[in-house]
Amino acid sequence: MKLSIRKKRVSRSAGGDFFLFVVLALGAAFMALPLIFMINHAFKPLNEIFLFPPQFFVRNPTFNNFSDLFILMSESWVPFTRYFSNSLVIVIFGTGGHVLAASMGAYVVSKHDFPGKKSFSTIVLLALMFAPQVTAIPNYIILSRIGWINTLYSMIIPAWAFPLGFYLMSKFMSQIPDTLLEAAKIDGATEFSTFWKIVMPFVKPAWLTLMILSFQQLWINTGGRFIYTEAIKPLPAALFQIAAAGVARQGVFAAVQLILAAVPILLFVFNQSKIVETMGTSGID
Amino acid sequence: MSTELGLENRNSFTYKWQKKIKEIKESRVSYLFLAPFGLIFFAFVVFPVIMSIGLSFTSYNMLESPVWIGIDNYTRLFLADDVFLIAVKNTFVFAVITGPFSYILSLLLAWMINEFRPKIRSIFTLLFYAPFISGNAFFVWTIFFSGDAYGYLNAFLMDWNIINEPILWLQEPQWILPVVIFVVLWMSFGTAFLVFIAGLQNIDSKLYEAGAIDGIKNRWQELWFITLPSMRPQLMFGAIMAITQSFAASAQAIALAGFPSVDYAARTVVTHLIDYGTVRFEMGYAATIATVLFLTMVITQRVVQNLLNKVGE
Repeated sequence: MKLSIRKKRVSRSAGGDFFLFVVLALGAAFMALPLIFMINHAFKPLNEIFLFPPQFFVRNPTFNNFSDLFILMSESWVPFTRYFSNSLVIVIFGTGGHVLAASMGAYVVSKHDFPGKKSFSTIVLLALMFAPQVTAIPNYIILSRIGWINTLYSMIIPAWAFPLGFYLMSKFMSQIPDTLLEAAKIDGATEFSTFWKIVMPFVKPAWLTLMILSFQQLWINTGGRFIYTEAIKPLPAALFQIAAAGVARQGVFAAVQLILAAVPILLFVFNQSKIVETMGTSGID
Repeated sequence: MSTELGLENRNSFTYKWQKKIKEIKESRVSYLFLAPFGLIFFAFVVFPVIMSIGLSFTSYNMLESPVWIGIDNYTRLFLADDVFLIAVKNTFVFAVITGPFSYILSLLLAWMINEFRPKIRSIFTLLFYAPFISGNAFFVWTIFFSGDAYGYLNAFLMDWNIINEPILWLQEPQWILPVVIFVVLWMSFGTAFLVFIAGLQNIDSKLYEAGAIDGIKNRWQELWFITLPSMRPQLMFGAIMAITQSFAASAQAIALAGFPSVDYAARTVVTHLIDYGTVRFEMGYAATIATVLFLTMVITQRVVQNLLNKVGE
């Protein structure tokens, strides 16, 4: 099927294909080498980390850096599991709330007609340009007035209103055939059950995309300005504190980087096709 | 006559409002669905922007209540703040290089990747997207650009006799900005890149068949005459992402060059904002910087939108 379509298209010269492949391979190698280095670095024993001239690949891989990290964490008075569960709570509730709130809102914006809908969409589009730093100070003031500074709410609730997720979701939902929704209504479904039983299953690829995007932001967030109590800090804050203790901790620092980077990358690997499918519907006319 | 007309107008005015209110009442369910996102969105995204604009006309230190000082912050920012001028210059250099470069590279690479079969395509997509999604992987570069002879780049360059003594990549003002730009470009294949890949896959293959019949000779012509014009919405979306990213990048600058950086060589509008907002607690002044930054982004986006509307014309 694919082949027959290709045949009707302009012919591709083998030389051109080869040229493109070489360019891409070089580019990809450049992109990947620092990451491969990072992986290798995390498994190097101390004598290889400070070896000169430096070695790119690890020769005697060891898990010492990781075990050191866990030993160091177990020595601190807040146990590792506590940091980890803080991060888990932030990521699960932040992401879950975002997917649900954005889906509900995106559903009516893409499928219903109501006064104010146009202006709301315009503001969301404009909000794609709000750099987080622009809103950081007022956000702090607002959160402190509500009394959410130094609570996990300060990280979870604002994450629900991530405009990029809402935008992608509403673009994806506008693909749902109207006849499908009308049929459900004729069968006597309420608005909520239409949303829950027809719309949500239909946009499954888009949820995964929103989850990844939201996860990516929350996972590496140290909570810096908002959380001061050690016992409710998320994992990255603890990891960076441990790794920051100078040159002797370089191996541990590499392990920290690897742990933090690996999770979102692996999530992307398993959901790539779904994410690309969602992105395909986005675009601004 | 005139009173009649006035009455009629008033009638139609109230009629309009009654109709509107009726519509609003009828869309109760829609508002209910929008409420969770809408309320939080207004509270933590829209309202802060409005508040930032308001605070930019005040002097505010978080302890005492804000004092209205008119446009003093703006005159101070543009006329009396030397460091801000450096920040503007750096931001401009930075945005002009990273914005267009990452945009065009994303597009070009997405197009190249799309020429291959799905398996190869997804491997390449992953490799280019990985630095962006890894979030903090740019720390790796601090080892490469380390300033002593043991820094990897220095070690290589000295090994090959290109330089005699180590270069302090992250301490010498003339090197800081180029290094930061380089690292930001390395991790700039993000959301826009994925959107381009997806957009390319969604183009109707009939367009290409028609193009082949109409005399398009090779893939380069195909790219210019068919592919780019049919991707205009994705190009627009990508432009917004590129503008925001290039104006707002600060984490990399701070991680690599320190804060504050030597001679303010890596000072951008955003790091200037962070300085006044979180170090000096001059919230009114910080809000002024934020407002200027936001307006610059919106204006740039308008200009770029007009340019993109000319693609394929």
